[in-house]
Amino acid sequence: MSGTFVGMPAFPKAAHEAVHDTTLRGNLRHATHTIRGKRAKAVAEMSDWAELREAGKRIKDHTLRHLDRYLLQLEESVTAAGGTVHWAADADEANEIVAHLVKMTGESEVVKVKSMATQEIGLNEALEAEGIRAYETDLAELIVQLGKDRPSHILVPAIHRNRGEIRDIFSKEMSEWGRPAPEGLTDTPAELAEAARLHLREKFLRAKVGISGANFMVAETGTLVVVESEGNGRMCLTLPETLISVVGIEKIVPTWQDLEVFLQTLPRSSTAERMNPYTSTWTGTTDEDGPRSFHLVLLDNGRTDTLADEVGRQALRCIRCSACLNVCPVYERAGGHAYGSVYPGPIGAILSPQLRGVSSEIDASLPYASSLCGACYEVCPVAIDIPEVLVHLRERVVEGGQVTTNGNKVVLKPAKGHAAERAAMRAARWAFSHPGALRTGQRLASRTRRLHPRTLPGPGKAWSGTRDLPPVPAEPFRDWWQRTQGGKGGAK
Amino acid sequence: MRVALFLTCVNDTLYPDTGRAVVKLLTRLGVDVDFPMSQTCCGQAHYNTGYRHEAEPLARHFSDVFGEYEAIVTPSGSCGAMVRELYPRMGERARAEGRGDTLAATLAPVVPKTYELTEFLVDVLGVTDVGAYYPHKVTYHPTCHGLRGLGLADRPRRLLQAVKGLELVELPGAEECCGFGGTFALKNSDVSAAMGADKVRNAEATGADVLCAADNSCLMHIGGTMARLRTGMRPVHIAEILASTEEEPAA
Amino acid sequence: MSSRERILGRVRRALADVPATERDGTAYERAVPRGYLREHGERSVAETVELLAENLADYRAIVHRCTPADLAATIAGMLAARGAKTVLVPPGLESEWLAAADAERIADRAESTPDELDRVDSVVTACAVAVAETGTIVLDGSPDQGRRRITLVPDHHICVVRVPEQVVSSVPQALERLDPARPLTWISGPSATSDIELDRVEGVHGPRTLEVVLVGD
Repeated sequence: MSGTFVGMPAFPKAAHEAVHDTTLRGNLRHATHTIRGKRAKAVAEMSDWAELREAGKRIKDHTLRHLDRYLLQLEESVTAAGGTVHWAADADEANEIVAHLVKMTGESEVVKVKSMATQEIGLNEALEAEGIRAYETDLAELIVQLGKDRPSHILVPAIHRNRGEIRDIFSKEMSEWGRPAPEGLTDTPAELAEAARLHLREKFLRAKVGISGANFMVAETGTLVVVESEGNGRMCLTLPETLISVVGIEKIVPTWQDLEVFLQTLPRSSTAERMNPYTSTWTGTTDEDGPRSFHLVLLDNGRTDTLADEVGRQALRCIRCSACLNVCPVYERAGGHAYGSVYPGPIGAILSPQLRGVSSEIDASLPYASSLCGACYEVCPVAIDIPEVLVHLRERVVEGGQVTTNGNKVVLKPAKGHAAERAAMRAARWAFSHPGALRTGQRLASRTRRLHPRTLPGPGKAWSGTRDLPPVPAEPFRDWWQRTQGGKGGAK
Repeated sequence: MRVALFLTCVNDTLYPDTGRAVVKLLTRLGVDVDFPMSQTCCGQAHYNTGYRHEAEPLARHFSDVFGEYEAIVTPSGSCGAMVRELYPRMGERARAEGRGDTLAATLAPVVPKTYELTEFLVDVLGVTDVGAYYPHKVTYHPTCHGLRGLGLADRPRRLLQAVKGLELVELPGAEECCGFGGTFALKNSDVSAAMGADKVRNAEATGADVLCAADNSCLMHIGGTMARLRTGMRPVHIAEILASTEEEPAA
Repeated sequence: MSSRERILGRVRRALADVPATERDGTAYERAVPRGYLREHGERSVAETVELLAENLADYRAIVHRCTPADLAATIAGMLAARGAKTVLVPPGLESEWLAAADAERIADRAESTPDELDRVDSVVTACAVAVAETGTIVLDGSPDQGRRRITLVPDHHICVVRVPEQVVSSVPQALERLDPARPLTWISGPSATSDIELDRVEGVHGPRTLEVVLVGD
């Protein structure tokens, strides 16, 4: 990935272009609407969906509330199974650990399974700086990497690209990275998949080091789980001699049995399949089967800060299915890049400002990137109340208050740029606490109604640029009520 | 039964017709409805914009004004959801902040007896045919907080289906948000407008004359978009349709 | 302070609001209600096998059914139809299964390089368990299934499921039967992707053809 998210503008500004990009709008609309219908069908097959959802939520909540205990248990079980556990407090530390481990093998290239955690920490760029080339092997990640682009979706990072664009990227860029695309490549998805197969095969077959994330880590057994579709995951997890998995500390589940919940809810929520084509589980190393050496890098990078927030911590339940992105009307129109993070969409709008804090322009704007319609909460397989957390983070932005940053409690000041809004909210609260004042205001509005413009200048253009203003009535309801004694006086 | 109309600040100021329609409808159904004059605002805009602490006095005021009634009826899914869903949460947050149970205790009485209008009609009065007459082709947009917050489900549709003369047509993508979202409409006006335009295009495709919803805030956004796009469709609150009769038809 | 201590310390401070009574106890059993189903719907054994066949086919696996007596001929026919000249054989595969096949047997050896495996046409394995509701076969690396890579690199995988004894209805039932200490591969149809316009296309890196033989009387 060449593109980065540093210095992103606030969400509304970033979304402005996307909204008017008709190709992008078309691509996103097509893809999200396709998957929405399929997900609904896959979920409807399960008569016990509500119970699975509740169990998933409770397993994750319980784990988070005993996270120290389960981390230690996991460390013990992974170590007992032949793995080595490393702890990384932040992105830099995780990148250093991985770079060091790769260098120890003497290799200068690695193959990667799609992993949100390694995207989050910018691992590819960090390895590049150390002279190590990382090859993305997931089809969508490959499209993003070849296109020097940024991911825009959790499950399908190249969702913003249609088949024609993908064909062009493959034809132009594959030769730079290895085997060129076949002559006369068309834009049929099967041919594009075949081109990726051929391009990546030589890399898989010679790879000595694989890097992955994991969907789940089982504390009691030390088992890691990777859920995937293409088989690139299996390639990276089994062919190399060394496997390094970088996993967020919130990915733990206590028991093997807990997988029975998530292996039912995750595939149906993400790709709308009864089961994804391939799921790999491994526990440490196995003699003469797969990597001889296995390293697990446990990543904090803002997760413990998120855990410290009683309302916001539910975001750590996330299993990265991306169902919330696919149903989100804002995501569909703004696109993933506007969220300025590897985590776009509704979940990104609550994760990024917690993992990174709300000090940057983009992070302070993300809690507002939602109409609070609640579609995300409805589909979330671990019942994260995303609207609740969005509103909570809005409060953090406008009111400030105590937060945890890098493990330290600090008091945030209210964000700048909200002063006028804060004053307006206070004034409105005052008026609403004094019915007489409210009434005076209403009457004033009614009496001057013929003078009201149909469009507004300045900040009001945000409304009237695209929408007519409602006309102000001749009298507010309360005046009518009083005048007619609730309509009983017969007056209309 | 002592029933209070909580009209909401938006309806009181901008949509008095909706208030008159609710009064007419409930009176016709034999309900003695009162409008407590000291009512103002539930605090939803404050709460959802991040000013929870500013919303608290408004919630307490709401409880003072409406606490004595047996039922509180509001023609707004989103203000209804504010009371039912978010007042308890405000109480919990205050408790978590070490401010004790006072707020939770103050707000608790109004929570279970606050009803959105269609809920009140179907669940409390037990009617779906309210004797209305409305000879128009209508499509119904379920607004988000009513749909997903309160779980209104098919109540509004059942009421509309029983209206004489009314032809109800399916709105494609009905359950997708119209893009209003309170301050979202201003803070993210590009996305909000794009959502509104898609909603209006879907509504237009039905061939209906009227788009009906149970929330005037959303209708203000949808209607404003309709007018700007010159569609010739009208936004109408469900209360005005249900209040309309053969003797006194609504426009 | 090591990062390990730092992270654990942060976790403990972050959970300061969790009541000590809850933190001390082993509340796991009580914390997780398991009101969901162990399997979906009531089916006879034969119906469960039928559902497995349907769901395998739904995700583009090619399904064959035969009796134990016909198994060797069935496998031989599949390899011949494919034109397979070489076939990978896990060390513990029942030798009768390939008794009728013409293809040259290649043993699953630790020394084989991925390139060598890439030149083999087909692989035949048994499985550990099959899940009817999801159309999934699970391999656990037992001697009749071999190393994980042998069912990955060749482009054609024939997997034999003994029915009904290896078939379970659901994911929860499958997990009960499996040993987490073994490296597991859950396979539901051939390799696929949804990465182009979120539409499913079969055939990427894993075997592009998956044939499943349901063998039973």
